[in-house]
Amino acid sequence: MTQDHNGAFVEFDRVQKTYDGETLVVKDLNLKIGKGEFLTMLGPSGSGKTTCLMMLAGFETATQGDIRLAGKPINAVPPHKRGIGMVFQNYALFPHMTVGENLSFPLEVRSLPKSERESKIKRALDMVQMGDFINRRPSQLSGGQQQRIALARALVFEPELVLMDEPLGALDKQLREHMQFEIKHLHESLGITVVYVTHDQGEALTMSDRVAVFDDGRIQQLAPPDELYESPQNSFVAQFIGENNKLPGTIEEISDGKAKVRLDSGELIDATAVNVTSKGQRTVVSIRPERVEYRPELLPAGAQTIPAEVLEFIYMGDIFRTRLKVAGSDEFVIKSRNTQGQARLKPGEKIQIGWAPQDARALDAL
Amino acid sequence: MCADVTAATGGPAEAGSSSLKARLRKAEAKKRRGAFMLTLPLLIFVTVMFLVPLVGMIWLSVANTTIPEYMPKTVSALSTWDGKELPPEKAYAAVAEDLQAAFKVRKFGVIAKNLNEQMPGTLGLINKTSFRTGRLKTAPANWKDELTKIDKKWGEMPIWTLLKRQSASWTPDYYLAAVDMERGPDGSIQAVPPYQRIYVKLFIRTAWMSTLITVLTLLLGYPLAYWISRMPDNKANLMMIAVLLPFWTSLLVRITSWIVLLQSHGVVNSILVGSGAVSDANRPQLINNELGTIIVMTQVLLPFMVLPLYSTMKSIPDSYMRAAISMGAHPWRAFWRVFAPLTVSGIGAGVLLVFILSIGYYITPELVGGQSGQFISNRIAYNVQQSLNWGLAAALGTILTAVTLILFLLYGMITGKGKVTIG
Repeated sequence: MTQDHNGAFVEFDRVQKTYDGETLVVKDLNLKIGKGEFLTMLGPSGSGKTTCLMMLAGFETATQGDIRLAGKPINAVPPHKRGIGMVFQNYALFPHMTVGENLSFPLEVRSLPKSERESKIKRALDMVQMGDFINRRPSQLSGGQQQRIALARALVFEPELVLMDEPLGALDKQLREHMQFEIKHLHESLGITVVYVTHDQGEALTMSDRVAVFDDGRIQQLAPPDELYESPQNSFVAQFIGENNKLPGTIEEISDGKAKVRLDSGELIDATAVNVTSKGQRTVVSIRPERVEYRPELLPAGAQTIPAEVLEFIYMGDIFRTRLKVAGSDEFVIKSRNTQGQARLKPGEKIQIGWAPQDARALDAL
Repeated sequence: MCADVTAATGGPAEAGSSSLKARLRKAEAKKRRGAFMLTLPLLIFVTVMFLVPLVGMIWLSVANTTIPEYMPKTVSALSTWDGKELPPEKAYAAVAEDLQAAFKVRKFGVIAKNLNEQMPGTLGLINKTSFRTGRLKTAPANWKDELTKIDKKWGEMPIWTLLKRQSASWTPDYYLAAVDMERGPDGSIQAVPPYQRIYVKLFIRTAWMSTLITVLTLLLGYPLAYWISRMPDNKANLMMIAVLLPFWTSLLVRITSWIVLLQSHGVVNSILVGSGAVSDANRPQLINNELGTIIVMTQVLLPFMVLPLYSTMKSIPDSYMRAAISMGAHPWRAFWRVFAPLTVSGIGAGVLLVFILSIGYYITPELVGGQSGQFISNRIAYNVQQSLNWGLAAALGTILTAVTLILFLLYGMITGKGKVTIG
């Protein structure tokens, strides 16, 4: 939970990685992870997140730069001497061993006496509520149970750092959400440091202390989940995390972090300047669908309003999703909760929508 | 609406429920007939070209038709003989009449050859007796005296014991010969003289050389299969093509290339002599002996080891080894504890496949084996083509087939079990 970046437990220092000697899959990575932190590497496939995890585990070598663990460079330390626990997407439970033998493996490698091994295995299995399954084979377990055993196996030798490579990717939605909380609780109760790789943004937001959003071999933004969602620093992050309405335009005026943007359709709107700097620059104004209001009486003071036409109304149970035509864009979406008496908009209806200027963020044009 | 649906479907279903099973059977039978018709040509082919000859060969290995066919009277006369002392006069008369008949149609040679295989020296006895009895104008009063006069062996037990034994329409003798045993003069089973013992030695040699070849293909194939299985797919496919390339080359061409390489003035020896590793006078004999058979067969059979190993290893994800290593195991230890046990089914399949193929190999030992590199199949071919002792060839072949069949069942059990544990 510590945010102390100076006493970093894991540190990537100007790390680069290339496989073919031509293109860098990881470009100049600098990342400090505090002790006890739950850090998630989030990004689309091919963004370099898994490569970073594998470099930390020691299965890939950094082409350049240092990786430090507890202050010591580990570039030259072979993976089996790093003492890092690891959970894999396909669980990687050894099919020819029972659950107990699987858990015993890291302890045998460490030459622990039998009695100590047994007590540790029991404790680890109880931790994931799988104590009764010690004599089963992995093939006799369900996906969720295998996941718990993989977790127990990564924790049984009490590593200080545990890496997880899309560990919940193969589970169905409900089980995945359940396991997210279990992993989170384990992390909190054990005080271990976790580096977690996923491409599922919901998972990243739910579980992490901080999230590093990867794209194109770089960290696009490193921030706690709420900051990441509410204050994305560039168009990629805004688009990758959650849903996002994009209105392209040009900066007309910029000062004090506020900007006036002339949309391509002609309207002039107020926005918060995020990573735009000068007048005349192309920009994309990003607005979250749930921050848009169409009922005049609920608009905040000083709200920006703009005319819109209802194109489509979708009933999704807990929320309504309405697609609008706004400033020339057919893809403008607003979300409203399905509360008592909430009006349902009809296609063809002409309305005024609005939002607080701080919710409209002028970002770089992709 | 629900009620409507039940009403609509309930009626016909109830009415037809009695014939539902019958209709299912009818539909399935039609499907089965279709499948059967598709496989029928192959079935006929396999039956005619494989099963019938196989059964024929097994029959040949125990068949004993000569004496029952050409000496029917003797067979019936001896059927009541207890074999303790010389047979009665009617047996002598039967032998004489049979030989006379055979002499007329010039078939006594077949009888002589058949008996001589069992008891050397009988050839002369039968030929002589046939000539002498065949020329008699009238039957003598006492055949026993007459035959004993022709040859005194007719007055001794061995020939009668032999005739009695050969009267049976089947015989285990070929199998005895196949394991270097024979019948003594009194009909008891005994080992052949040491200088005649070849088959047991050949069976043992076939087995141990096949074992050695299997071990060598495993030692060479395992690292290769491991290496290829850890490659990216496009490179692995290329490597597998290289492994399979020998399949597309004629076996004869490959063996000939080996002869070019290994003969005493071949490529390998020239390099050894040229580099000064061996002197010109001491060129090692690399071919036309056991070594040649082992070298060439190892190369020829290697793909059969690599293929099952590769397919087993391919199904083991990298993450198993990585998981083991991340838990602190040295890569070697991770390999022995995690990777190797998971390849056991592949090893079993490869080992049995290579061994089964190896013990039946003929062409390679024939061409590069010389004297000391011969396999049992070469001896079978010899008995079929040169000595024309088809019964012995069939007995040897049946033994080899039985061993192969047992190994094949073992193979099925191992791979079947492997599938269950891996899947």
